Amino acid sequence: MRTTAASSAPGRLARLRLLAAATTAGAISLVALTACGSDSSSSGTDTPATPSAKAAATAAAPVTVKDPWAKAADSGMTAVFGTLVNTTDSPLTVVSATSTVSKKTELHEVADVDGKPVMRPKKGGFVIPAKGSHQLQPGADHLMLMGLAKAVRPGDEITVTLTLKDERTLRFTAVAKAFAGGKENYRPGMEKG
Amino acid sequence: MDNTPVHPAPSAPAAGGTTAVGRRRLLTGGALTLGGALAGAGIGAAAADGSGQAATAGEARRRETAYGTQKVPFHGRHQAGIATPAQAHAVFLGFELADRTDRAALGRMMRLLTDDAARLTQGEAALADTEAELAALPARLTVTFGFGPGLFEAAGLDDQRPASLAPLPRFPIDRLQDRWNGGDLLIQICADDPLSVAHAQRMLTKDARTFARLRWAQRGFRRGRGVQDEGATQHNLMGQLDGTANPAPGGDAFAKAVWTDAGPRWLRDGGTTLVLRRIRMELETWDAADTKAKEFTIGRRLGTGAPLTGTAETDPPDFDAKDALGFPVISEFAHIRRAHVGEERQHIFRRPYNYDDAPAADGRPDTGLLFASFQRDIGEQFLPIQRRLAASDLLNQWTTPIGSAVFAIPPGCAPGGWIGQTLLG
Repeated sequence: MRTTAASSAPGRLARLRLLAAATTAGAISLVALTACGSDSSSSGTDTPATPSAKAAATAAAPVTVKDPWAKAADSGMTAVFGTLVNTTDSPLTVVSATSTVSKKTELHEVADVDGKPVMRPKKGGFVIPAKGSHQLQPGADHLMLMGLAKAVRPGDEITVTLTLKDERTLRFTAVAKAFAGGKENYRPGMEKG
Repeated sequence: MDNTPVHPAPSAPAAGGTTAVGRRRLLTGGALTLGGALAGAGIGAAAADGSGQAATAGEARRRETAYGTQKVPFHGRHQAGIATPAQAHAVFLGFELADRTDRAALGRMMRLLTDDAARLTQGEAALADTEAELAALPARLTVTFGFGPGLFEAAGLDDQRPASLAPLPRFPIDRLQDRWNGGDLLIQICADDPLSVAHAQRMLTKDARTFARLRWAQRGFRRGRGVQDEGATQHNLMGQLDGTANPAPGGDAFAKAVWTDAGPRWLRDGGTTLVLRRIRMELETWDAADTKAKEFTIGRRLGTGAPLTGTAETDPPDFDAKDALGFPVISEFAHIRRAHVGEERQHIFRRPYNYDDAPAADGRPDTGLLFASFQRDIGEQFLPIQRRLAASDLLNQWTTPIGSAVFAIPPGCAPGGWIGQTLLG
């Protein structure tokens, strides 16, 4: 499977699978990406791209997520990281998110409040500059998965759907890894949302 | 004149591919051999005082760092780190699977580890890499995975275990210590730079430990990159040239001996097997032997590596040659006679590393060889040789196997795939 988006950012886009997400608002479907130019040899857990997504593979996805990963967690909450890449000529804003493993998913930032890092919902969402990118990383902006329905084990792939301001949506999978950092995600009392 | 470091011949850095490395080896080897110390010293001097005409300071600096950026492709029919010309540093990690690690968990583990390896070997940080900057100079980093007998059982796939993949039978010469034996999962990490090895070890261990606990870690080394011609056979810590009769990677004889072509289907398309033996060298008593005795033991000259019946390392040993008294020139019990294998398909491919851990308080060394032997089938190739050596090799007086482990080495994978997929997927 070939994608135009992959050629604009070769390498790590490879592992992404952006699944077709037909939205109510628009005709834009996001492109199914697999490993650079190679068929994704079915690994069982991969959700196969739909035929329509394959057909649409010439249209570039407006947003791709490079190197997505999640922190493994037994219960409670966890976070997803990666780099949001805007392939269009205008700024785009991610305004909300959902995941298959959590009751609730929030867009968070870690802000400096009176010299202390404090995690809180990011007002206005994540703005990705035109032809630019926005980093989600431990200790900074991230997607917060709250109320985990089940354990997120290392190696599990979780599916996250982002919604842009213009109501387009983007689905991607993030692989979970054991990770010691991102402790701000686990402050007691944060889960009341 | 001075001790200016001698830099190896220039060549295109990081062209990648095994092919490029092969060509590079030729270039470097040729330059060192033909140009010798003179040309090398010229470059070194230019680098040192900036006045030489051979190279500008910038060029010299680029040469110094060229090895760091070199990459060995991760994806392919075979895993890297087997036919790859042996890098200077290695660590072999042996893991024991946790009880709860079943086939599905093994799949998750191998996807994570494959992804780490695919990135790190290409000079990119792994996902969740807390020391991302250490990934930038892979220095021909390779990561090679192997499956021990216990992994098949854990996965409920014992019928897929190659028949001869089992702990080696006990040999009378063995003094095995349990701490160096066995293992369900092998991760072999090699690079020309110890920092690259350490970083990869840390990253891979962090991702493996959810599924397995570390049983042993064995660090080894060879000559530093650029110290001698890369095609040259290296001396081990007993002073012997080690690896002369090895089939040359890339050649037909190598392919026939190394890549598994029978047994379980999943291993057949690009896989192999590894025997890893930790062999202690009894250097204290070896010290007591004179050169003649040492050469008689091996059947080769220590300096040149030539067989006692020849003058050059590559001369084929003449096992029929007799001395004036009618005795064989190469003893019936000499190491090279006992280890000799006629048919190409029966050869093993050795990719050994030296180890030299801290000596005891009285100065006794903890020194030896991480004897890594790749072959298509352990039972058909490794065991017959080992039986002959164990029975009557003179060298046994000075070498003691203290660790033993066997692994099936799965085929390589394509981008998007993962190592072990043909078994566990």
